[in-house]
Amino acid sequence: MKIETTRFGDIEIKETEIISFKEGVLGFENLKEYVIFEMEDGAPLMWMQSATEPSLAFIIIRPFEFNDKYTIDISDGITEALKLEKSEDADVFAIVVIPEDPSNMTANLQGPIIINNKNKMAKQIISTNSRHKIKHYILEEMQNNRNNEQGGK
Amino acid sequence: MLVLSRKKNESIKIGDDVEIVIVDIKGDQVKLGIKAPRSISVHRAEVYEEIQRENREAAKNTTKITGLGNLFKKIKK
Repeated sequence: MKIETTRFGDIEIKETEIISFKEGVLGFENLKEYVIFEMEDGAPLMWMQSATEPSLAFIIIRPFEFNDKYTIDISDGITEALKLEKSEDADVFAIVVIPEDPSNMTANLQGPIIINNKNKMAKQIISTNSRHKIKHYILEEMQNNRNNEQGGK
Repeated sequence: MLVLSRKKNESIKIGDDVEIVIVDIKGDQVKLGIKAPRSISVHRAEVYEEIQRENREAAKNTTKITGLGNLFKKIKK
């Protein structure tokens, strides 16, 4: 099937690639379907493009790209809602904000997106971990993470 | 909206599974206790609003986004 996008023109996708948010994303409750694809310039970022609203595309990142100690506790309510049977089936993303100076890009770890890769059901959840903030400076944390890795060797 | 008056230690039930107890009242602050099954998520409303705001901010990535890969290459190994 074909979806229209403002940034990438018309793109051809398989229906099975569509991830669906039963409740939408907070603030965008009416839009339920998205597709995810990689950004093509070597950044560990991905696009989450709305399948129905051409102009809406979020940039997302897997949190462990910049923090290898990242963990998230997924409550029973969430696993039930997503019909998630095994934690290996879950994919976790954070939504990224790119400000005017892109080197200050931030990831929202307080409201991560959980996707069940088995059935493509998705949900934006609220993390109860107080270390998960709404703005994590991606590049800074990534550098610190690297430095720590080296320190450990 | 249903509005109820409650005193300290009184509670309200929402459905069969959720109970909200007025634990304490001091001046303009009320302390609530919430008994709910683990499948029901309970959060302060501000948290939702903050995440909504952040999502809207993220959706504004309308300007041309190029060269982000280069920023990541600068991270020292």
